[in-house]
Amino acid sequence: MELFNIFIKSIFIDNMVFAYFLGMCSFLAVSKTVKTSFGLGIAVVFVLAITVPVDFLLTKYVLNEGALTWLGADYATVDLSFLSFIMYIAVIASMVQLVEMIVEKFAPALYSQLGIFLPLIAVNCAILGGSLFMQERAYESLAEATVFGIGSGIGWMLAIVGIAAIREKLRYSNVPAPLRGLGITFIVTGLMGIAFMSFMGIQL
Amino acid sequence: MKALRRLLDNIKPHVQKGGKFEKLHSTFDAFETLLFVPNHTNKNGVHVRDAIDMKRTMAAVVLALVPALLFGIWNTGYQHFLSLGQEVGFWAEVLHGAIEVMPIIMVSYIVGLGVEFAFAQMRGHEVNEGFLVSGMLIPLVLPVGIPLWMVAVATVFAVVIGKEVFGGTGMNIWNPALIARAFLFFAYPSKMSGDMVWISGLSSGTGVVDGFSGATPLGDAGSTVALTNSLTAALEKGDTLAATGLQHQIDITLAKMPTLWDSFVGIIPGSIGETSTLAILLGAAFLIYTGIASWKVMVSVFLGGFVMALGFNGIGMNPLMDIPALQQLCLGGFAFGAVFMATDPVSATRTECGKWIYGFLIGVFAIIIRVFNPAYPEGMMLAILLMNTFAPLIDYFMVQGNINRRLKRASVNA
Repeated sequence: MELFNIFIKSIFIDNMVFAYFLGMCSFLAVSKTVKTSFGLGIAVVFVLAITVPVDFLLTKYVLNEGALTWLGADYATVDLSFLSFIMYIAVIASMVQLVEMIVEKFAPALYSQLGIFLPLIAVNCAILGGSLFMQERAYESLAEATVFGIGSGIGWMLAIVGIAAIREKLRYSNVPAPLRGLGITFIVTGLMGIAFMSFMGIQL
Repeated sequence: MKALRRLLDNIKPHVQKGGKFEKLHSTFDAFETLLFVPNHTNKNGVHVRDAIDMKRTMAAVVLALVPALLFGIWNTGYQHFLSLGQEVGFWAEVLHGAIEVMPIIMVSYIVGLGVEFAFAQMRGHEVNEGFLVSGMLIPLVLPVGIPLWMVAVATVFAVVIGKEVFGGTGMNIWNPALIARAFLFFAYPSKMSGDMVWISGLSSGTGVVDGFSGATPLGDAGSTVALTNSLTAALEKGDTLAATGLQHQIDITLAKMPTLWDSFVGIIPGSIGETSTLAILLGAAFLIYTGIASWKVMVSVFLGGFVMALGFNGIGMNPLMDIPALQQLCLGGFAFGAVFMATDPVSATRTECGKWIYGFLIGVFAIIIRVFNPAYPEGMMLAILLMNTFAPLIDYFMVQGNINRRLKRASVNA
């Protein structure tokens, strides 16, 4: 039940895009068609589903104060948590490399559509945010961290696919010239945020 | 009628190309097409004509809103005099209600249409008729105690950000009236929720009957959730005195819950037009009979809400979950949202199968938000906004599914 709560919470209530406005750059840039954004969404889910548990293990067995006790009693006082940022980023960067290779091999069309934004997942704040939230909220088990990672990824994917569908529909709209493109996308994002505020404050 | 036509024909040359008031063309055009069905034709291609054009459609929706409006006017007066403990008779109640409600409607129409006309003049398109409905919906979903300037601000926000930036009527993603309400709800929460705003004259507090609470039934039920929580806390601490007091308070609040019949007819506090499910269903019957609103959306919203409420009845963790499923559908803005807001043909899904999914999810989310989120007992508005957000996505998958099915069929034959 606890796992289910974390899952629902990370998708809707603590949605990466609408609750924390993380990962906005690719959210705004790659959301022109549903197909591409779906591909990027899957990639983000994949990366989050692997980096968050890996970072969880890193935090628990290497970085936290006293985490190195398993090496021997001498290490019980070592606190490496100041290294957490750089470690997380290293993990994320290597994971993104892996995803890039997989996508290039199995979906070359998607690879060329995503272009620069695929390697840029490495600096997508939603991904680093996932790991940092995991650290901050102090999830207790590997299962919780994994579920949180997958949930945040799905929440982000839902957001980008939703705005992509809206933008496809907006192509038939008579948007005032100065607002075309990014301008209207910002407004749409804000209004989507209002709609998602319905979940704010729900206690699970 | 003839005289009106002659008047319009007299003015017409002045506002057409080359005339003295050429700039006011779209304004004139709006009034002309509102009064008479225009006989414009296409320059090329097939042209199917029907007397029911967009202005007539919108007028029909406004007509369907009339029962809810009239009931709302009476209920405003009734609740006001109830709070004062006076018996004044039917007409005095209607009069008081009209005095309270009419300014809100006038502000909404004047401000909204002003913005519409301004945009039409500036952008050089025809005046959009969509605001005829929005202008009526906005007052009906607001509490009667709302300051008029807030109505004006919300209307401007709804028309500009909710509609005009997308290009006007028929191109918006979200229902403008809901945007107006959500805007007020998040910007001025103290005027949009609580105990004081639903009944006129209550916030001034003069002459109010002792112990009278103006909270909506859902607000009451929501407040018992907090009370129940503190009751559990008190019991854990072993503070029996506080616990007895809290239990007493909960009992009083729950005893005040209206009967199913009261909430169906609508003699309860709430937004102006949303209390009476009966009046709303009258409007719904008219809309379905004329084929203007989609019955699929209405049915599926009620179905989704009912199924979800029934499920929560089974769990029954807090007083909001215990509200009987049928009553859930009559309380708050549920019926109003289902009939008039969710069915908005622009912001709803366009595919037929998508309408079932869209409506069902609105019902489900409305009850979920209502039950789980003590801050927003009136979850209907937010549920519809949320599904408006995802309506294009549902459509996309419906269309894609259809394409894939037909592709498969084609490849088999080839």
